Parts: sequence; C-alpha cells; structure tokens
Amino acid sequence: MLTLEVPRGGARHWLAARNPAAKLLAALVLGLGLVPAVDAVTGGVVLAVVLASVPFSGIDRRTLLVLGGPFVLMGLSSGLVNYLYGEHGAEGAVGAAVRLLAIALPGLLAAAGSDPTEMSDGLVQRLRVPERPAMAVLAALRLIPLLVAQWRTVTLARRARGLAAGYDPIRGVDLFFGRLFALLVRAIRAGTLMATAMDARGFGTGPRTWARTSRWAGADTLLIAGACCVLAVAYTVSVRLGTLVLLFS
Amino acid sequence: MGSTTGPRGARVELSGWGWRHSGRTAHALRGVDLTVEPGERILLLGASGAGKSTLLHALAGLTGPDGAIAGDQEGTLLVDGAPADRRRGAVGLVGQDPETQLVMARAGDDVAFGPENLGVAPELIWPRVDAALAAVGFPYGRSHPTGALSGGEKQRLALAGALAMRPRLLLLDEPTANLDPEGAAHVRGVLSTLLMETEATLVLVEHRVADVVDLVDRVVVLEPGGGVAADGPPGPVFTEHGAALAAQGVWIPGADPAPAVPVAPGGPVLAEAAGVAARTPREPGVRAAPPRTVLSDVDLAVAAGTATALTGPNGAGKSTLLMMLAGLTRPHRGVVLPRGPLAGADRRPLCRWPARRLARHVGTVFQHAEDQFVTGTVRDELLFAPLRAGAARAEAEGWVGELLERLRLTALADMHPYTLSGGEKRRLSVATALSSGPLHAPDVLVLDEPTFGQDTRTWRELVELLGALRAEGRAVVMATHDEPLLRSLADVRVRVAGGRTEACGDGTERAGPRPERDGG
Repeated sequence: MLTLEVPRGGARHWLAARNPAAKLLAALVLGLGLVPAVDAVTGGVVLAVVLASVPFSGIDRRTLLVLGGPFVLMGLSSGLVNYLYGEHGAEGAVGAAVRLLAIALPGLLAAAGSDPTEMSDGLVQRLRVPERPAMAVLAALRLIPLLVAQWRTVTLARRARGLAAGYDPIRGVDLFFGRLFALLVRAIRAGTLMATAMDARGFGTGPRTWARTSRWAGADTLLIAGACCVLAVAYTVSVRLGTLVLLFS
Repeated sequence: MGSTTGPRGARVELSGWGWRHSGRTAHALRGVDLTVEPGERILLLGASGAGKSTLLHALAGLTGPDGAIAGDQEGTLLVDGAPADRRRGAVGLVGQDPETQLVMARAGDDVAFGPENLGVAPELIWPRVDAALAAVGFPYGRSHPTGALSGGEKQRLALAGALAMRPRLLLLDEPTANLDPEGAAHVRGVLSTLLMETEATLVLVEHRVADVVDLVDRVVVLEPGGGVAADGPPGPVFTEHGAALAAQGVWIPGADPAPAVPVAPGGPVLAEAAGVAARTPREPGVRAAPPRTVLSDVDLAVAAGTATALTGPNGAGKSTLLMMLAGLTRPHRGVVLPRGPLAGADRRPLCRWPARRLARHVGTVFQHAEDQFVTGTVRDELLFAPLRAGAARAEAEGWVGELLERLRLTALADMHPYTLSGGEKRRLSVATALSSGPLHAPDVLVLDEPTFGQDTRTWRELVELLGALRAEGRAVVMATHDEPLLRSLADVRVRVAGGRTEACGDGTERAGPRPERDGG
C-alpha cells in the first residue's frame, strides 16, 4: 500500500509539523529565486541550507535516497554535459549541477515530507486552489496501488495465454502495448467506479465544508520568510565574492 | 433531524419510468411503476441485465442531467415528491467493489467526505463520523489507513460513509458480493442490527437471495428491458414466480441448480508444490510496507481426474498459490514440479516452462475475464492458441466452432470480447483456457473464482463443463468461496489460512479419490 503516514514530530521534525502549503510556498520561493543565478555559489548556499534542514523534515533515509537518487543523477549528468559542451568549463558545470539540485530538493522535501491529505487541505483552504482537482488528485493516489496490482495480473495473464517476448525486442514492444491497453481498460473501469462512489456521496453538488482545518501558525509564515532570507543571503554572498553569474548575462 | 433515532424514511414513486444508456438502442428499463412507502425494505431481483443497478443509480440521483451516468430518461422518478437529487443528502449508496468505494487515505476522513460534500458544519461532522463508525462496528480508530483494511472492513467503512450522510433512502448494490463468507456474514450482521435501529427506506440488490431474504419485507422483480414483473412479500413472490425466476437464472432460495456431473475418475498426480513459500510483491510508494510472507512451507499435490478446491479468507494467499500452481509466478522458496504424464512434456519446474508450452498443458482462468483477452473478436480469441501451436487453419476452425457451440458463444463470434456481458465474458475466458491445447483441452485447468457473480444458467454450464473435463481426466484446481460449487464439484478441499494449507475433507460421503503417486 502506498502508505501516506508521515511522522509528526515536535521539535525534532520541525519541518514535518509545518503546513504543507507553507512548505510548498517556501520551495517555490527558493526554486523561482534561483532561476536567474547560474553560478555555483548562489545555488551552493541555498543547497547547503536545504541539506541542513533535511534532518528536520521527518523523511527517512530510504525515502530520501529513492526519491533524491534520480535528481542527483540528473544533476550529475547535467553537470557532465555542461563540462563537455558548455562554454564555462568546470565552473559552469558545477554551477549547473548545484543549481538543479538546489531548485529540486526543496520541492522534494515539501512533497515527500507532507501528508497528501493535509497537502490538499492546505492547498484548498490556504492557497484557494480549486477543490475539484485537489480531491481528484487525492482519489487518484488511492488508485495507484490498484493499478500496480492490475499490471502484474495482466502480465501473468499474457504468459497464461502463451504470449512471451523471449529475446525478440519487436515482439516485446508489441506485447507491452497489448498489456497497456488491457490496463487502460481496467483503469477506466476503476476510475469510473470511484467517480460514481464520489458522486453518490454528494461530491461536486455545491459548497463544501471541511472536517479538517488546515492551520496556519506563525512558524509557517516564518518558514516562508526564512526561505526569502536564505535567498537574499545567497545572492549577497555571491555578489560579495564576485562569483555571481546571471542567466543571459 | 440530527436526533439519535435517525431520519424518517423516504418515499419513492416511479411511474412509467424508463432509462436508456447513451449509445444504446434498447432501454435498460422501461415502464416501471413502483411505489415504496417510507421505511420499507425492498429486495430488487431480476436476471442479469435487467437493470437493477441502473435503477439504484437513478434513485441515487446519479443519472440526472448533471449526473455521472449519461442517457435518456422517460416517465417520472420521485424521491419524497421531487426528482432524485444528490444534494439533499436523502440518499446513501454502497456499491459492490470494496476497492473503489473509498476515497480518502484515512478511515475517519473517508467517512467525513460525504458530510463535507453536503456542507455539514465542521463541528457536527466528527460526532457523525464516530457514530457511523460505531454503528458498523468498525474496529479501528479514525486515523487507520484505508489501504490496510480487508475487503469486509472496507465495505463496512463504505457503509459508515453512507450512514454519516444520514440518508433517508439507503441503496445497497450487492454489498457483500466481493467478500469471503466470513466478511459477508459480518456485513450482513451489521446490516440487520442497523435496520432495526434506522427508519430509512432500503432498496437492496443481491445476487444470492437466500442470504438476505430475512432483511427485507418486500421483493420486486424486474423484467429485462421492461417494468416490474412481480411485487410482494418474499414468500408469495417466490411461490408464485420462483420457477420463472429460476428459469431466468436468478438464484432463488431452495431452488439451487442441480448440475449433472459425472463421477470423478481420479488419477495420477500431475503437479506438486513442495515446500512453497510466497511473499507479497513490492508495493509502490516510498514508505510502502516491506513484502510480507503470505504462504510458508506449503505442500500440495494436484491429481488428474480430480477437482481440488482452495478455500479460505480473502488475502490468505489462495490466488497466490493458484498462480504458482499454474506456473505463472515463481515461488519465493520451494518449487512447483510437473509429475507423471505432465513431466513427460518438460521436467523443469512449471515457472521455468516457456509460455507457449505452459499454455498448452496448463490453462488458467483469471478472476476478471478481461485480463486474459488478447485479440479483437471472440473467434480470434479462440483461434489464437491452436494457430500458434501450429494447427492447420481448417482443423483449428473446427475445434473453435465446437467450443463456441458448447459455450453458447456462436452468435457472438464476431464481437469484441470487451463488449460481451459478464456471463459471456466468463464463458469466453473459460473457452480460451480450453482452446490452449491445439486439439485437446490442457491437462491442468486452474480457475480463480470461476463462478463469481454468475447467474444460475452460466453457473450450471460452467459446473457441468468442469465436471466433464474432470471426467476426461483433467486436473481441475479452483480457488472459490462458492458453497454450491464446492458441494457439486470439489473432491479435495484445501483451506488456505495463516500462511499454511490444511486439507479439510470434501464435505460429501465420498472420501475423495486418493491421488495415486506416479514416480514418473
């Protein structure tokens, strides 16, 4: 099962206890704020602060590795490409890698360190995101484990019918699309049933109330202010050191 | 409203009501005249395709202009004197599939979902949620993850979700169909205590009538494509119309079908699981639970000319064991080996057989028939295996024609498999498993819940077909909860529970054919 429980800590997981909407906003501030700066120092300062906050996010090591791994790979490969073909040599390459990680990591912490239900509560109640898409995403999350199990069954069923690709890649692709179609049929069925169940419970008939209140504390405002500060410090340090390189400059 | 006694029941009036799904030429229902007084408990009956679910959905307000189900309505359908409307919260609907009834990740949030949608004040929602959870005997707290519930628990939670909306009209669409006998009995128990307390009007659709006939005080029989065929208290309706209903395939108490099944000849062991252990596959998600052991150290021999039935609660590993016996999945530990004549085809463990050889000797019927369809027409579906096995076209056509005839599929030969009805899909899925040998059925036939949701006609055909295959000396292995099926066919019953298997006799006077060991 796609477990959606997130450890709720006190001081130890200060970030986990923040409103998901605040975390998302802070990540957005850092991410957008770093777009103009392509040097290693500006991104490096932000990345260092974000990395230092990981222990407070309540995310365990395995989760971090599983989710962070692809981003590290992306950062490394982007660095490598810049090193080989870029105009700024090693410095530009490190800058590209660091910048990518510094932009991606805050978003990752915000998404993985928040409970999806609380995230949708926060988005709808605090950030005024329309509730239909927010609820639809929550419901879709419930369908993921079903579809994974379904994919497994469809794969077994092909073997039962005597279909196997063996070492033939063309046949493999052909079989893959056959399975995909079978999965699509089942996914549409499951989606329709769930939509019917949601409709039967009065979803989308008029104004809703919220059983859970998405609370916004001073600490949440502090988090966003903190993100702005980190960005300001990063740019200041970079300017002082004379390392700041802006995009399109 | 809002008192502890619950709201008064709703009054339902239909006159000349009909419904045609968009894109269809025929009406699902037509000319329905029906009045349900407040507080009445009604069982809706009818052959498959008689529009029972359609009527429930219409009563729930799902078929209106802004509803989820599109189509054309005729006549009038009134709930408390007004067209059915989801907003007024008069109606609660529980469907049959436990997996798609729940919307939220935590139990309490899910029950709160309905009241939230109705705009109930937040401070009133949680007391309602707690009352609803208590009413269905939900054994966990509000924050229990819904993904970790069993099927029966999920259905009870879905019922709580409907109750929290304080419905005056409660609609139940085969609420126990997907549950094992224990889970189904528990949900029915909850229903019967609930119905004593609430004054809500109840409309129930249930396949296996005998299980629920005590819960209702009126039975309404729908005519496929037509209106109400019979209406009255259960006793008189069954006495008067029982035979006609049974002929249409409806399960009537005391009129279980009596299939003609030849005696099991018995035979040598064809496949044997030795010390097999299985674990759940890795689940998606970053904080997913680690794989769990479902079966540990299971031994099971499957013999020719014998029907072996796997029983036990949902999630105990029946399907897992079945997939291993069919050579489709590799055991975590242990091995499933071919024995006797089957070892003559290939001596390796079944899971290492090439797919083509496996399909020729071991046929598998999946719980959901669509999963195993691989072509665009019914005929191609059946020609697929023999042609791939190298049979001449004319020869294969002959065999397929015979299969089509035998399973009443001839008229549907050029249809797309996905467009068939539930019973037709089931017959086709069995036929595909039988077609897998070029000119003969496979030696071992493995079936997962083959009779699930079938009317008595398809049920009887399936049982007779399986009986005939058994008489030809095929090994039949099936996972099932279906008591009539077990009574008519099972020679060996194996209960799968707690990670182990235990033989539990065959339930008849026959001791079950002792499989002869064949060292091969």
